[in-house]
Amino acid sequence: MNEPIVLGFETSCDETGVGIVRGHTLLADALATSMAEHERFGGVVPEIASRAHLEAMVPTVHRALADAGIAASDVDAVAVTSGPGLTGALLVGVAAAKAYALALGKPLYGVNHLAAHVAVDELQHGPLAEPSIAMLVSGGHSSLLLVPDLAQEVQSLGRTIDDAAGEAFDKVARVLGLPFPGGPPVDRAAREGDARAIAFPRGLTGPRDAAYDFSFSGLKTAVARWVEARERAGEPVPVADVAASFQEAVADVLTAKAVRACRDHGVDHLVLGGGVAANSRLRALAEERCAAAGIVLRVPSPRLCTDNGAMVAALGSRLVAAGVAPSAPDLGADSSLPIDVVSR
Amino acid sequence: MLVLALDTATPTLVAGLARWSAGDGVTVLAERAVPSGTKHAELLTPAIEGVLADAGLAIGAVEAVVTGLGPGPFTGLRVGVVTAAALADARGIPAVGVCSLDAVGTGARTVVTDARRKETYWAAYATDGTRVEGPAVARPEELGLPGPFTGDPAFAERLGAPVTPADVTTAGLLRAAAPQLADPGSAAPLVPLYLRRPDAVPPTSIKPVTR
Ligand SMILES: [Zn+2]
Repeated sequence: MNEPIVLGFETSCDETGVGIVRGHTLLADALATSMAEHERFGGVVPEIASRAHLEAMVPTVHRALADAGIAASDVDAVAVTSGPGLTGALLVGVAAAKAYALALGKPLYGVNHLAAHVAVDELQHGPLAEPSIAMLVSGGHSSLLLVPDLAQEVQSLGRTIDDAAGEAFDKVARVLGLPFPGGPPVDRAAREGDARAIAFPRGLTGPRDAAYDFSFSGLKTAVARWVEARERAGEPVPVADVAASFQEAVADVLTAKAVRACRDHGVDHLVLGGGVAANSRLRALAEERCAAAGIVLRVPSPRLCTDNGAMVAALGSRLVAAGVAPSAPDLGADSSLPIDVVSR
Repeated sequence: MLVLALDTATPTLVAGLARWSAGDGVTVLAERAVPSGTKHAELLTPAIEGVLADAGLAIGAVEAVVTGLGPGPFTGLRVGVVTAAALADARGIPAVGVCSLDAVGTGARTVVTDARRKETYWAAYATDGTRVEGPAVARPEELGLPGPFTGDPAFAERLGAPVTPADVTTAGLLRAAAPQLADPGSAAPLVPLYLRRPDAVPPTSIKPVTR
């Protein structure tokens, strides 16, 4: 067992993640979050997130090294999310990773956050079948990807044309008086509700719509309009039914498009990732539809679906194993790094 | 003691290597001042590798890191501070933070640097170099200090007085860090001098989505 140990940094949004892997083995996944500081703003405030990353950085590295039971000098390579994400937040991680790589004399890999969401599944379910289809849904992204070779080639099939799926959860939660972030409370409320109570619209599912693109803005507005009409009429809002019906619309569109992408491309493996992949209805419906279509579904545990450092280390490990060249010393951050750039 | 000095509080990043001792003071071995604008993250580590190469030394020879803590534009400032913290942590050596304005010029002076939004970061110093006021942020017209001014000459007109151009230097950083270098156990944690709260306004009321 001489597989390289990779230290991974993730700071693209509000989570300071430092992960350590050896090959496909997860050694540590230390996380600090500034989520509570953003709560009263109803969304992530970039400057607050960036300040929190700086404060948390060295303590989180220490926690990861202690959890892995290794010394910094045992690290063989360093990986960091170089984009996409919030520029100021990304730069804290990039600068820290560059400094650790320089100080330890080890190669540095600047990686794509989305590809890292796919790579993290290898820590739980072993080597990825290639090609796979990957669907990544979170507060920041909603993407459908074709992954012929995770280390070298990832293609975008479709993406959201307006809001990310997670943003729709946040906004619906706000309309329903539920806390931020909206994913878990909407999921909980929906368990008591009837998913067929209200027929909310399924965006971009018409015959002439882009097959793999998503739109959640119309759905979000429809939910708000429905709730406001109730409130204006002085009637009680059936929170559980609204949550369940909204969640059903999201899960229906996402799983239908993912399964269609698998069929159209002759791919029989689907990987889910991103915070919304922790949604219980999305997971259940994906299982049902994949089983019916003969597709193998791979979903990391909820903890690994959300942003973390282990996913970055996992992708770094793939890059090292594939012999991909490390990043140049002038690596920076790219807030809109395209998905076909796996590492840079 | 071999010291690596860094600063990213201004549009010109600084990386320097120097020998320091309590008795003999500072001998700068290599220094790079790189006009970096908003590219501090890209250019800082290459500048560090550059000064190490210039001095013919390896990173493993460095015994302490000194960094400017600002004040300065936040994103660039954090790049220097986190780089210093990470380098020091990885090598197990002390990291010392100083006010970046302390490292601009010498003697009696008022240092002014660009705080953006038409404001200036400033601090005032006595003849012996001791900081007597600041660091703070102000509109130059309202600063009300006689000078002499040192730092960013772009503010001369609005200060109504000349500004001697000067940047953060390796020697200045080490001079400011001397008390902490003499007793690294006393070094405070690296906390940037932001001087401004984050721009973030909580929504006062939740607006209906449809209106
Ligand atoms: Zn993510």
